[in-house]
Amino acid sequence: MLQITQLNKSYENHKALTDVSLSVPKGVIFGLLGPNGAGKTTLIRIINQIIEQDSGTVELDGKPLSPEDIKKIGYLPEERGLYKKMKVWDQLVYFARLKGLSQDEAKRQIKSWLEKLEIASWRDKKIEDLSKGMAQKIQFISTVVHRPSLLILDEPFSGFDPVNAEIIKNEILELKKNGTTVILSTHRMESVELLCDQIAMINRSRKILDGTIREVKSSFRPEVFQISLARIKRDLPMEWIANNQGDIWDFTLPLSGRMPNQLLNELMEFGEVMEFREQIPSMEEIFIHQVKSTSHE
Amino acid sequence: MNKIFLVIQREYLSRVKKKSFLIATLLTPLIFPAIMGVFVWIAMSEKENQSLRIIEVIDETDLFFMESSEQYAFTSSVDDPEEAKQMVQEGDRYGFLHIPKIDLANPQGIQFYGVENPSLSLMGYLESALKRKIEDQKLYQLGIDPKVLKEIRTDISIQSITLGEQGEEKVNDATVNYALGFISGILIYVFIFVYGNQIMQGVIEEKSSRIVEILVSSLKPFQLMMGKIVGIGAVGLTQFLIWVLLIGTLSTVVMGVLGMQMPQQQAMELANPEFAQATPDAGEVATILQVINGIDFVTLVFSFIIYFLGGYLLYGALFAAVGSAVDAPSDAQQFMFPITIPLIVAYMGLFVFVLQDPTSSASFWLSIIPLTSPIAMMGRISYGVPFWELALSMGLLVLGFLFTTWLAGKIYRIGILMHGTKPTYRILWKWIKASQ
Repeated sequence: MLQITQLNKSYENHKALTDVSLSVPKGVIFGLLGPNGAGKTTLIRIINQIIEQDSGTVELDGKPLSPEDIKKIGYLPEERGLYKKMKVWDQLVYFARLKGLSQDEAKRQIKSWLEKLEIASWRDKKIEDLSKGMAQKIQFISTVVHRPSLLILDEPFSGFDPVNAEIIKNEILELKKNGTTVILSTHRMESVELLCDQIAMINRSRKILDGTIREVKSSFRPEVFQISLARIKRDLPMEWIANNQGDIWDFTLPLSGRMPNQLLNELMEFGEVMEFREQIPSMEEIFIHQVKSTSHE
Repeated sequence: MNKIFLVIQREYLSRVKKKSFLIATLLTPLIFPAIMGVFVWIAMSEKENQSLRIIEVIDETDLFFMESSEQYAFTSSVDDPEEAKQMVQEGDRYGFLHIPKIDLANPQGIQFYGVENPSLSLMGYLESALKRKIEDQKLYQLGIDPKVLKEIRTDISIQSITLGEQGEEKVNDATVNYALGFISGILIYVFIFVYGNQIMQGVIEEKSSRIVEILVSSLKPFQLMMGKIVGIGAVGLTQFLIWVLLIGTLSTVVMGVLGMQMPQQQAMELANPEFAQATPDAGEVATILQVINGIDFVTLVFSFIIYFLGGYLLYGALFAAVGSAVDAPSDAQQFMFPITIPLIVAYMGLFVFVLQDPTSSASFWLSIIPLTSPIAMMGRISYGVPFWELALSMGLLVLGFLFTTWLAGKIYRIGILMHGTKPTYRILWKWIKASQ
């Protein structure tokens, strides 16, 4: 769907993107992660043709980006806003038409979205009379109203209360089901684990990690197991530092070169294995670990 | 192109639909005549209620007899200047004119005392009266009979006629030309400022409310900028047109009420000079109408539209650039300077040079340089401007606005995406140089 190759972009006194290559397959939710100032916004702006790269290519559906592709992309920037004095309806029609929809098509789409999100009664209200969460819903509609095949959402959940965030999350999942590709840029790792199929992590202008969630996680396995033993037959070695609650003993052990089954066999000698689970890091832990390790180079 | 049109449409409708636009558009043509009416009324009632101002005169030469007018009366009741000053201070006299013994060849040392600053008109009145007296005195000394002098004195007004290349004669009137140049110059000045500011406010609104990032993902920054400039310009033109129609209708109605002849009828009289000459009563009105008739209105209106739009586009782009560079209107001040200065120079130049002497070299340059020409040239048009000067000025104006638009476009497309930085001129210069 989206193929980014060797993208470079520098500003006057710093490099925003260094040789960044990404491949976003069709129909996935692709998480774009990275701390502030890493280069995510620059990358997103290049995909949106707001700015131009210094070198490298961006291809959409196998062809280099062209002005016609604006219609195929829906963009919800992190810093977003609406015309405060404009009515909801007029505003949505304006944004839809700027994306290239005809007047009739724009009206039809907006009508169905307003009904879908159960906010049809707001159509003649001005944005300044709406709450922040309400305005965010309008903003979301303006992003998807032209049925983009690529949706770029920068921190889409900021400003939403949990109820509305859930509504938007479900809308995103439904769009994905209908074949829309979504790039989700966020710091909120819990939404990454819930929503994303694939991720790429950017730090200090470089891509430092990418792959499916499962791949990323397995490559960051510390090879440590969480173990619970019951009905101890022998004394446990001192270095295991086990805590007991009644006759249940909890502790962690690294593989230290053994295969998991070997470790399990060893454990069975000491008692009944109640729990034997590999410790898998959360995306948040990977994120923090990666950012720290690449920032101190 | 289609997207620019959408922006123009939004900018236009969102402003024209506002109640404030409707109110301003409908009230302004009423307010201006109303304010002027109030001034005229105050001036007239002041004149009526004005008590005669008595001015004490001590004339040590015994040569001057000051003639009293409707406003000022002259008396000579005391001989001691200190006593006269006392009278002024106590309010018995409005002022005190002291004429010491003077040398007629070099009259120095005449003084006027008052408790308040004398008005320009009073000083002018006194000076011209004394001047005439001294001249009379000199002529008398040369042996000319005062009676003869009185007979010589004649009131005269000159009718100015310019000759065209084909020898056609055109009646001129400096007052009419002055008024036309004055009004059209001021209109362009006000228009550029008012609507230029609206452009700037609009850009700042889109930037500070972060709408702009969404907009530029749908269209090019340049399209957005041009759409805004043209849309707001269209609002201005609409407002202007409504004013012209309203004022036209109002004045026609007022003239009708006052029982004056309709302009068309006047025009018919003018077309038939014998008829006009046959009614000498209408002489003065006819002269003014003759003058108005003599003005090349096609050129005037055409030029007005060109300079109106050209000046607006030239400055509009600069206003947009300033708006894009800052986060809030209060930060805009520092960049307003280079925009306001040429406008004010043009405005001052209009009064100091252009309207005083439309053919002076200062007037020429002011009306050629694109930054000042929209205002300055309008001051010259009604006096008649050689074709090549007009063509040069308009050509440069077009180049000028292409240049400022190009320049502003470069600042704009970077500026609108920059938040939190307070740009300096040095940074703006870098933006202009940056390729992207």
